[in-house]
Amino acid sequence: MKGAVAYTIFASLGDVMATIFGINLFALSGQLLVGLINGSFYALLSLGLAIIFGLLKIINFAQGAMYMLGAFFAWMALNYMGINYWWALLLVPLAVGVLAILMERFLVRPIANEDHLYSLLLTFGVALVLQGLFTHFYGSSGLPYQIPTELKGGTKLPFMYLPNYRAWIIVSSLVVCFSTWWVIEKTKLGAYLRAGTENPQLMQGFGINVPLITTLTFGFGVALAAFAGVLAAPVYSVSPEMGSNILIVVFAIVVIGGMGSIGGAILTGLMMGVVEGLTKFFYPEASTTVIFLFMVIVLLVKPAGLFGKEA
Amino acid sequence: MKAMKKTLLAVAMSVAAATGVQAEGISNDVVKIGVLADMGGVYADICGQGCVTAVEMAVEDFGGTVLGKPIEIVSADDQNKPDVGSAKVRQWIEDENVDVVTGLVASSVTGAVTKVLTDAKKIALISASASNAFTTKACSPYNAHWTYNVAALANGTVKPMVESGKKKWFFITADYAFGHALEGIATKVIESSGGEVVGAVRAPLGTTDFSSYVLQAQASGADVVGLANAGTDFVNSLKTAAEFGLTETTDVAGLLVFTPNAQALDPAIAAGMKATTGFYWDMDDQTREWSARFKARHGSIPAMPHAGAYSMTMHYLNAVKAAGTDESDAVMKQMKASKPDDFFARNAYLRNDGRMVHDMLLVSIKDAASRQSADDIYNIEATIPGDVAFNPMLPECDFK
Repeated sequence: MKGAVAYTIFASLGDVMATIFGINLFALSGQLLVGLINGSFYALLSLGLAIIFGLLKIINFAQGAMYMLGAFFAWMALNYMGINYWWALLLVPLAVGVLAILMERFLVRPIANEDHLYSLLLTFGVALVLQGLFTHFYGSSGLPYQIPTELKGGTKLPFMYLPNYRAWIIVSSLVVCFSTWWVIEKTKLGAYLRAGTENPQLMQGFGINVPLITTLTFGFGVALAAFAGVLAAPVYSVSPEMGSNILIVVFAIVVIGGMGSIGGAILTGLMMGVVEGLTKFFYPEASTTVIFLFMVIVLLVKPAGLFGKEA
Repeated sequence: MKAMKKTLLAVAMSVAAATGVQAEGISNDVVKIGVLADMGGVYADICGQGCVTAVEMAVEDFGGTVLGKPIEIVSADDQNKPDVGSAKVRQWIEDENVDVVTGLVASSVTGAVTKVLTDAKKIALISASASNAFTTKACSPYNAHWTYNVAALANGTVKPMVESGKKKWFFITADYAFGHALEGIATKVIESSGGEVVGAVRAPLGTTDFSSYVLQAQASGADVVGLANAGTDFVNSLKTAAEFGLTETTDVAGLLVFTPNAQALDPAIAAGMKATTGFYWDMDDQTREWSARFKARHGSIPAMPHAGAYSMTMHYLNAVKAAGTDESDAVMKQMKASKPDDFFARNAYLRNDGRMVHDMLLVSIKDAASRQSADDIYNIEATIPGDVAFNPMLPECDFK
């Protein structure tokens, strides 16, 4: 819409740049759009964290490493097995999900009844081990991964050149995010899930296999991170550090949205992408801190987070 | 006075010879070399364990002993943190009798470590750091900066582009000491060659998404977008520039490109990009011979800091041998008096300010079709003579 307005102004003024208060509207619209693209990565990652925390009360510090694993598995699938991007998009989250299920079953569950801090430290340890292993075997410089041929090129919008792959990132992650939200909040399966975590004994009494649901939920939450990892592989450097770089920001987003709020995580993810994008435009030096500043303000004003329920 | 010193030295030497010990000789009966580098972080590939391997190779090629005493190597991870690095080096000097420190990667760490070393009168052999501070505003009689620095990168890559008519520049700069230094010195080169800088953005280190900066660069109307960053930042920013079509309309210049980073890029994106480097493995038979040995031990081709680490260690050991001692002042004097000459150091000499001046290479990244193997990444376009690549010595840093 803004782009369209800007376009008319541009057309009527001929060669004169469309500016308001000295800000180039074209540039601004472009920044908003790329912010939204980043936001969709944040949404996917924070959604996974929010599901795992909201339903299982596990603070999964390995989520960033799983995102990294997703990108690396996509690279390995292509280079060792000849599996292309599209299949990787389907198979890699499954594979990483299975790994996560094993991790839940053999590492997380034995300490499930301990303080939350234990699972936090455990998953943090897993993340460090994974990152160390990949640095050892693949180095720290990153690996190349090409954009699939179907999505090469781009579209010339009035205000910017939009690469097709970036458009695909927005569309695919929004579809995944909102269908996940719909399943958890609006379907019977989602209701079981929520009830199972609210009162496991009662649900078990109704004949629902709660431990199985727990394990599958953990697997699914992690699979979302792996999906984001495959999406990221063609545009960001596939490197062992990629997960730890993004994880802290994603945690901040979950806190801003309200720990455990599924819809809140998605909306906050998108919103913070835009906030960060605008900061990159107006004052780039602060772009890595702006989200944390936001977090501080939200915690002061509304400690449960923007979409969280007061405890 | 000088004559008296000489006589005294001669007396001391004859006494030493008579009693069977070296004059001054080797302290603690061992020459201990400390290798300090980022072993597991973002810069692990450009020096890290590979620099330890290169130093080991130098010691082995030298024969394992000097003046009849063993040469030992210790190594440590500085985690790219100045406090970690300087604490380690202090411990090395005080408790472990380390004589010289090599490797040295992140400029911030090197800044802290060289201060510690200078206070203790120990030599710093700097291989991977980019900042030129160690031979200018933070120069010291105990610094020897090998491989390259930001001035050589700017003179090598930026100057010819401006002179060929690419006058308007825009920078995407890593927002810390190294990026600022590189942007600053490149700006000077651009302005003195008749060009102008039309804008710059400072992207925090470790930025994942550069699309916002690429859009700003696109809007600036620059002829060239200079990437004043390194490592993963460089790879990510170039990938994004290509994706948003920037590389099709504008020249993009990577100011610091290490071979592992060039290998991490799709040739379709990076082909044709020019870069300045202190070393390329496939230059001639000498470089190929050493690089093959390095690859057999380390698993990948050497990046320029690896080759530099070998060369400077070798030059140091040769100087210890010629000086007959591992006492720092005598060794440094000898290092400056004799010219390093090996597969890495071409037309080289160690200047009084500690800058090792040698021929640099202007290379361009090959396209996919002309690559014979995964390691075949550069075309050598030109040799840049050392005195053209490196800025002249400052008078206040002339340590004779």
